[in-house]
Amino acid sequence: MSTAALAAAVVTAATQEPDGVNLLIPHTFDIVWSLVVLIIIAVPFRIWVLPAFQRVLDERAEKIEGGLAKAESAQEEAAAVLGQYQQHLADARAEAARIREDARTEGAQIVADLRTKAQEEAARILETAQRQVEAERQQAVVALRSDVGALATQLAEKIVGESLADEVRRSRVVERFLDDLEADQAAGVATGQGKGA
Amino acid sequence: MLPFAADQSGTGGFEPPSIADFFPAPVLFQGTWLEFNRIMLVRLIAALVLVTFMVVVARRARLVPGRTQAAVEMILDFVRVNVVNEILGSERGRRYAAMLTTVFFGILAFNLTGAIPGLNIAGTSLIGLPVLLAVWAYVTYLSAGVKAQGFGGFVKSSLFPPGVPWFMYILLTPIELLQVLVIRPATLAIRLMANMVSGHLMLALCFAATQYFVVEAAPGLKVFGALTLVASLALTAFEVFVAALQAYIFVVLTAVYISLSVEAEH
Repeated sequence: MSTAALAAAVVTAATQEPDGVNLLIPHTFDIVWSLVVLIIIAVPFRIWVLPAFQRVLDERAEKIEGGLAKAESAQEEAAAVLGQYQQHLADARAEAARIREDARTEGAQIVADLRTKAQEEAARILETAQRQVEAERQQAVVALRSDVGALATQLAEKIVGESLADEVRRSRVVERFLDDLEADQAAGVATGQGKGA
Repeated sequence: MLPFAADQSGTGGFEPPSIADFFPAPVLFQGTWLEFNRIMLVRLIAALVLVTFMVVVARRARLVPGRTQAAVEMILDFVRVNVVNEILGSERGRRYAAMLTTVFFGILAFNLTGAIPGLNIAGTSLIGLPVLLAVWAYVTYLSAGVKAQGFGGFVKSSLFPPGVPWFMYILLTPIELLQVLVIRPATLAIRLMANMVSGHLMLALCFAATQYFVVEAAPGLKVFGALTLVASLALTAFEVFVAALQAYIFVVLTAVYISLSVEAEH
């Protein structure tokens, strides 16, 4: 087809060279076929091609806008969460500091209490001990006194019993005892005054 | 080129491209208003391929684009951002975005056929298609002006630009009238057509010269074949660039004309 047309063109060129002005003057069939091909292009473009691309472009723009909005809201949410988190962190730190402070105060309180209590206990124990010692001393004194009295009496009985076998000696001893007693009293007064207190 | 022209006798020889390339022999319906020839076929192929491709890509369009969809969207974005939004503004341009995008894709497809092996001629290199495209632009910017300012307002703002002493209108108004009604659409059509015609002539010249040098020329001249081959490769790339550039220029100017019509002052 193409070669045939070319050959025909060569023949045409050989027989009659068209005038240059013909380039500017359209033939009727040229216009008709131009109209045909333009309609072939324009109608499908108008009906299918351009609307389809427009639809896709609109859809894409919408999607992108939606995506951007979503990203923005996500960012805002993240910022809010971060703020909350930081708030919580600060709260927790403050709480921890307060607890530590409380614990320290309480600990100091406890130590002070314990010390006071220990001192009281120590004082109590000391006092009890002293009192006991005092009581035991008192008891010892009492016991000693009674023992000494008994011993003295026993001894005195032994001495007296043995030697008071006869009346004469008894009366003599009594006499002498009384004399001694008197002498002792006199001496005791003298020495008591001298030794005094 | 003259010495080569002398060779043009008998079979083969150097065949420089000529204007006749744009008037190939009819294939069907010769002599009627439905006459069908090579260029019409090229246009038809370009249109069908473009529409099929775009409809398939549009049907498969997903939120997350694949490679093909991303490439198509890049071109769509290019028109919408660099032409519609920049010149008309996104608000006002919305009404014209579909028309400008369609025109851009159409012109691009028809221009590119000039650089595609086998097709080898731009669908827009025959004046009929550029004229129709220009008429489309023409109707669009005139109706945009009338719609935005009313008929009287549009005529007044177009033909009597404000801020000019009254006697200047004697000079300006005919110029503006010519500008709005004739020059703008005519230049749109002719610029596009002429670029494609010259592109085709340059490419065909290089191809023909390469073929001539390599196959038929004297051994000493064959080295020039390499030169013209490189030139034809470079020109093919250049034609692809021009194809895109002319499509861009066409829609930019259309957008500018719409903008001029819609604004009361310019």
